[in-house]
Amino acid sequence: MSLDRPNPLFRNLSSKIASLPMMLIVLGVFVGGTAWTVLFSFTNIKVLPLFTPSDWMDHYSGLANYQRLFTTDRWMSCPAITKIGTPDWQFSCTGAFPNMVTYAILAITIMISVGFLLAVFMDQKIRLEGMFRTIYLYPFALSFIVTGHVWAWILSPEYGLQAAVRQLGWTSFHFGWIADRQMVMYAIVLAGIWQGSGFVMALMLAGLRGIDDEIWKAAKVDGISTWRTYLQIILPMMKPVMVTTFVIVASAAVRIYDLVLAITDGGPGISSDVPTRYIYQNFSANLGQSLSASTVLLVTMAVLLIPWIRMEFGKKG
Amino acid sequence: MSNIVSNPIIPSGPKPKKFITTERAVVYSVLCICAAFFLFPLYIMVITSLKDLDGIRYGNIFVPTLHPSLGAWNKALFHACTGLYCQGILPGFWNSCKITGPSVIVSIAVASVTGYSLANWPFKFSEGFFTVLLVSSFIPYVVMLYPLVLITRWLGIYSTLPAVILVHTIFGLPILTLLFRNYFSSLPQELFKAARVDGAGYWRIFFQVFAPMSIPIFTVAVILQVTGIWNDFLFGVIYAGPTNYPMTVQLNNIVNSMEGVKEYNVDMAATILTGIVPLSIYFFSGKYFVRGIAAGAVKG
Repeated sequence: MSLDRPNPLFRNLSSKIASLPMMLIVLGVFVGGTAWTVLFSFTNIKVLPLFTPSDWMDHYSGLANYQRLFTTDRWMSCPAITKIGTPDWQFSCTGAFPNMVTYAILAITIMISVGFLLAVFMDQKIRLEGMFRTIYLYPFALSFIVTGHVWAWILSPEYGLQAAVRQLGWTSFHFGWIADRQMVMYAIVLAGIWQGSGFVMALMLAGLRGIDDEIWKAAKVDGISTWRTYLQIILPMMKPVMVTTFVIVASAAVRIYDLVLAITDGGPGISSDVPTRYIYQNFSANLGQSLSASTVLLVTMAVLLIPWIRMEFGKKG
Repeated sequence: MSNIVSNPIIPSGPKPKKFITTERAVVYSVLCICAAFFLFPLYIMVITSLKDLDGIRYGNIFVPTLHPSLGAWNKALFHACTGLYCQGILPGFWNSCKITGPSVIVSIAVASVTGYSLANWPFKFSEGFFTVLLVSSFIPYVVMLYPLVLITRWLGIYSTLPAVILVHTIFGLPILTLLFRNYFSSLPQELFKAARVDGAGYWRIFFQVFAPMSIPIFTVAVILQVTGIWNDFLFGVIYAGPTNYPMTVQLNNIVNSMEGVKEYNVDMAATILTGIVPLSIYFFSGKYFVRGIAAGAVKG
């Protein structure tokens, strides 16, 4: 510490200069870009971008973009939802947003259950653990585009699994998920699970290994069977790992794009369209739709983060 | 030494359990069935790429061909068509190298210095910036896609290599900064103080004291970034421009090119070629990869 105090602005000057790119990115891209998207989603912006507050005032259109978004069948269409209370009511929606929700729900449930079970099996002091781990985890190193094209080939009704089984003699065998409007999202879930389950397993296994050995000894002394210990003692203790995994898998599901592009490119028709694809395709002609759809995704992500926020910050309150 | 060897080992403890119990058998069969599920697509990719077109049309997807040939590989590498051009996936490979190399170097350089600043030279608001940075990693990247088009256009680099390098640097920043900040905070602070007392400044401490001690974390960061950037599709397609399309984009174009018969063997050869770089990194880096992906999972 020098005795004459220099201007505090120049203290740690090198550090400030070195952090300048980070500060610019945080303010210019993350805060600025997000704010721009959210703010101009309330304007009738079409093709040309707008920047200034007076632009915003001039083109302000309230919730018009959002109204249009949720009345566009490609984004979301729930034909039976207006008949709530009548026997005709059913909860089935089509469109990009419901497709993403379907994918998210299935991917989260299946990956977490499969990942946890695999981790429990891996935790049984098995031989060749390294080999099994390598096999389970390698799909995670691949691009979604690579995963997508492999699964598109395997699931192709013409030459893939369906044709192969029929060739073996079971001629009525039917497995045409990727060509079926009702089932196509399940094909994408299958590929997603193949890619991500090993990773969830690795997270869960790290969680299992982090649990104190004393717990196991205590359970043994009390005569609780191994499987009950896992289910009733270890599982509740894994809550932090579960919440982290949930947030990771959920945020990946909200962003899903490459996988769908490679497997079906949104087809057949637009039955496997997803929000990112909708947003990307509207950039050139219909920016207002893109921006409002982006904002909807942002809000969705914020909602999904609630369990994590509650876990991280809830303890103090 | 000889003492230990000469003393006979007296067996103690409970009688060893029988090696194969029903429980063990169940555990191993479940693990093997799952392993088969995970390996199945790799097997299909390899055997399909070795077939010829007749083998695909009249053969069975599960059954390898009796006459494997590398014709499909040759075509995928050098002659497969992506719309107008028929140069195979090789140009995409070089483009991916041109994108990945600089992006990895720039993003790690920026993030390591930022992490070092945050850990050892905090200034007013530095923690605030860091918090915003971390929160940002959860924002779906589509939200910032269009603003980044505007920013890169304003900088005059839209649809060029620098644009895609910039975008990879931006989206790599939150997770890499977190990685480096935590690592530098975990180093003994006495080291930092001793270097300060000896008169070393900001950059000297970074390059001569911290960087040499941080090879493991730099390795993790390199693996994380190389796999992530190599596997990226969307940023490449939007910001790189058609002449710089990375391998993933070229692969997608080859598979989707609608001319003539669909050549699944060529598609699969191209698919393996695209996956080979991250796969080799994965197989050779082992525990570093696991550390990297565990940290990188939250990446925007």
